[in-house]
Amino acid sequence: MITLTIDGKEIGVTEGTTILEAARMFGIEIPTLCYHPVLSAHGSCRLCSVEVVQRGWSRVVVSCLYPVAQGLEVKTNSERVLRLRRGIIELLLTRCPDSERIQALAQQLGVDKPRFERDEHECILCGLCVRVCHEVSEKHLLNFVDRGFEKEVAAPFYEPPEECIACGGCAYVCPTGAIRIVDGKPEFLWQRNKQRSGEKDG
Amino acid sequence: MKITSLNDLQEVREQGLALLHPQKIKISVGMATCGLATGAGKVWDALAGEIEKAGLDIALEQTGCMGFCQQEPIVSVQQPKKPRIFLKKMTPDKALELVSSLQNNAVNTEWILAKDESERFLIEDKTVPYDISEAPAVFADIPLCTDIDFYNKQLKIALHNCGYIDPGNICEYIAKGGYTALFKVLHEMTSEQVISEVKRSGLRGRGGAGFPTGVKWESCRKAPGTPRYVICNADEGDPGAYMDRSVLEGDPHSVLEGMVIGAYAIGSHQGYIYVRNEYPLAIKRIRRAIEQAREYGILGENIFGTDFNFSIKINRGGGAFVCGESTSLMASLEGKIGEPRAKYIRSVARGLWDKPSNLNNVETWANVPLIINRGADWYASIGTDRSKGTKIFSLVGKINNTGLVEVPMGVSLREIIDTIGGGVPQGKKFKAVQTGGPSGGCIPERLLDLPVDYEALTEAGSMMGSGGMIVMDEDTCMVDVAKYFLEFLEGESCGKCVPCREGVRRARQVLSRITAGEGNQGDIELLEDLALTLQDGALCALGSSAANPVISTLSYFRDEYEAHIRDKRCPAGVCPDLIEYYIDPEACTGCTLCARKCPNEAIFGEKKQPHRIDTEKCIKCGACIEVCKFGAARKRSEGRK
Repeated sequence: MITLTIDGKEIGVTEGTTILEAARMFGIEIPTLCYHPVLSAHGSCRLCSVEVVQRGWSRVVVSCLYPVAQGLEVKTNSERVLRLRRGIIELLLTRCPDSERIQALAQQLGVDKPRFERDEHECILCGLCVRVCHEVSEKHLLNFVDRGFEKEVAAPFYEPPEECIACGGCAYVCPTGAIRIVDGKPEFLWQRNKQRSGEKDG
Repeated sequence: MKITSLNDLQEVREQGLALLHPQKIKISVGMATCGLATGAGKVWDALAGEIEKAGLDIALEQTGCMGFCQQEPIVSVQQPKKPRIFLKKMTPDKALELVSSLQNNAVNTEWILAKDESERFLIEDKTVPYDISEAPAVFADIPLCTDIDFYNKQLKIALHNCGYIDPGNICEYIAKGGYTALFKVLHEMTSEQVISEVKRSGLRGRGGAGFPTGVKWESCRKAPGTPRYVICNADEGDPGAYMDRSVLEGDPHSVLEGMVIGAYAIGSHQGYIYVRNEYPLAIKRIRRAIEQAREYGILGENIFGTDFNFSIKINRGGGAFVCGESTSLMASLEGKIGEPRAKYIRSVARGLWDKPSNLNNVETWANVPLIINRGADWYASIGTDRSKGTKIFSLVGKINNTGLVEVPMGVSLREIIDTIGGGVPQGKKFKAVQTGGPSGGCIPERLLDLPVDYEALTEAGSMMGSGGMIVMDEDTCMVDVAKYFLEFLEGESCGKCVPCREGVRRARQVLSRITAGEGNQGDIELLEDLALTLQDGALCALGSSAANPVISTLSYFRDEYEAHIRDKRCPAGVCPDLIEYYIDPEACTGCTLCARKCPNEAIFGEKKQPHRIDTEKCIKCGACIEVCKFGAARKRSEGRK
C-alpha cells in the first residue's frame, strides 16, 4: 500500500497505480481526452497533467502514466496546471473548432475563443482508435502515418481494411466523432477527405 | 591476430608506430566529410596519381579532420629529420607542385599553416620530439600548431587523434596508446571500480542534458533484468553541428573502446550504434573499425583473452530529428515508429525491449578511455566545479575561423568567438551566438563572458546542447532567427503530443506573421503563453525546449520584435516584406552593372546617370547590392504606418 496526498486529501492505493486511477478511485476528477480505462495509456493529449511535489521539488507530469509513490504530493488544480490545460485546450479548439467534446472541455476550463486562426480538422490524433484496434479487437488495422502536423490515422495504403470485422470500437472511443459508422462499417477521415478532394477535382 | 596479452598489444603498437612515422616522406590528407566537401578527394587523386607516375617512395594516408574547416583541404607532410608541416587550402594543382617540390626540398612556405616539432601521446602524457636536425632555415618562422590562435586555447581530448591517425587502421589507434584502457579494465579492474572512476571524473553526458555518466552506468548495472544494452547515440541532427560525425570519421576506435569499457562496467554483451543515414562516411568508418576490432579480438567473444563477450551492431537512422531523443531512438531501434515515451520509468531500468539500457552519445563514449588511462583526478582537474573535462563545439556562422573546436569547460564564449574563432568577418559587429541547437537560445554580446558550463548556459536561457555554436552578426534579424528554428522544429515534431504538434506550429505562424509585417499587439504575449504550454506540457525535450529560441530572443532582443510589430520595420534589414531596395543617387556612377544583373529588369537609368529601382518590380533578391562596386545599391527598412 502506498500513501500519497491528492489535493490535500491523504489516500492509500496499491503500488503500480497511476495518479489518474488513484484520483478517480477517490472521486477526484481530472479531464482526459486520449485516455480510456481499458486501453494502454498514451500520454499524448497532456490534458490530464498534474503538478507533483517530491522532496520539495515540483514538476508537471501526465497523471495517466505517472505511477504513485510513497509520500507524493499531487495538485490537480493548481494555477500552473490550470494554465497548462487552458493552453492545451486552446490549441485543440483551434484544430477542431466544431467538436462538441472539445467545446465542452474548453468551456469548463474557461476558454471561449482561441486566439489563433481556426483549422478545420476533425481528428485530434489521440490514438484511441489505433489502440482499440490493436488491443481490444486485436486486428491491428489502424496506425499513425506521417509525422508532425501532417500526421493522420490510416489503414495500410489508405484502403478500407478488408480484415475489418466492423466491431465499431474505433468509432465508439473516438472523442471527436471523426470516425462514423456508415452502412454498418466504420468510415474514416481519410476516406471522407478523399471523397471531398475527389468532388473538388471533379 | 587476436590480442590476448600486453606483448601482443605492444607488437601491434610497434606496427602502428612504423606506419605513423615511416622512415620516408609521408603525406596525410584530411579526408573527413568537411575536407571532402572542399575538394580533399581531388587533392588525394592528384597526389596518388603523381606519386605513382613518378614512381616515388612516398607514403600517402587518409586521415580525419584537424578541426580547422576554414583552411580545408588540409594536408600534412612528414619528412625525415624535419618538422611536420600542415598545408592549408590545398588544390590538385598545388598537390602536383607539392610532390615535385618535396623532391627538391623546397615546399612553398606560403601554403604552410603551421608546423609540429613533436608528437603528443595524450594517453601517456608524453611528448616525443621529432628529429628535426635537418630542418630548413625557412621553417624557423613558421608557427607551431600550438602557437596559432585557433589551436592554442584548445585542449583536445576527445579529438586528440583526429587528423593524426588513419581512422581505417586499428594499428595506428593502438600506436597512440589506444585500447590500453580497455586492456587495463578487463585485466585489472572490477565493474565497480570502473564505475567509480567514471563517477569521480565528473564526466557528464555530452549529448546535451549533462546527466552524470557514471551515475547512469551505476543505475543501469543495478537495474533488475537481463540482458542489458549499451547504446551509442550518433543521430546528431542539430543544424550546423558535426562534432560526433568528426569523431566517428576521424577516430572511430575511441568510441568503440569507450563502449566496450562501458559494457563491461554495466554488464552488457550487446551494443548498438544508432547513426544517422546522412553520415555515409561515418558509417563506413565505424563498420571498418568494428571489423578490425573483431579481427584483433577486441569485439566478439573472449575479448583480450578474458571471458568477457561484447558485440556491436550498427543501426542507421531514417532521418527523423526526434530519434536523437533517447526513448524515440530506442523505439526506432526496435523497429517501431520513432516517437518518445514518458520517462517516468527511466530507460536505464526499462529501455530497449523493456530491458535496462544505457545510452550515451558519441563524444561521451570517446572521453571514457582517457579517463581510465589518465585517471579520474586528472579529468576532474579540467573544467569548472560542476562541468568537468572538455567540450567540442562546431563554430559556424559569421565567424572568421569556422571549425570544430575542443575547449576545457569554463572557457568564456568570448574567448571561443574572438580568439579561437578570430571574430566576426568584414568588420561587422557581433550580435548574438546561438548555442545548443534548435532547442538552445541566443546569447547577446553583454553575456559573452559566460563560461562554457552546463548550468551557466542554462541560466542564460540557452543550453550546452550537443555543441552547435552559430555566430550571428549585426545583419541578422533575431525574429527571423527564431522563425527559422521554429520552422525546423515544426517539421521535426513527431506529432505525438498536442503541445508540440500544435503549439510549435502556432508559434511559427505567429512569427511568420510578425516577419511579414502583419504582427498585432498582443503577439508577444501569445508567444509567451505558447512557450509556457510547451515547457510544462510537451512530452519530450524536443517540445519542452522548443520555445527557447523564442524566449531567449524575446528576453534579449525584445525591441526587434516591437519594431516588427509596431513600426512594421526590420531593424537588421532582413525580412523581405519590411525592406525596400534603393540606389543612392550621390554614390551611383551609372555604370549600369546592377541594371544588367537585375533578374527582373527592375532597375533603370541612363549610362553615367544615377539609376533607380522600381520597387513594384523589385523581388528583393539582393543581386544589385552584391554587384555594386560603389556601395550605391542599398536596402532600408523605414517602417509602415
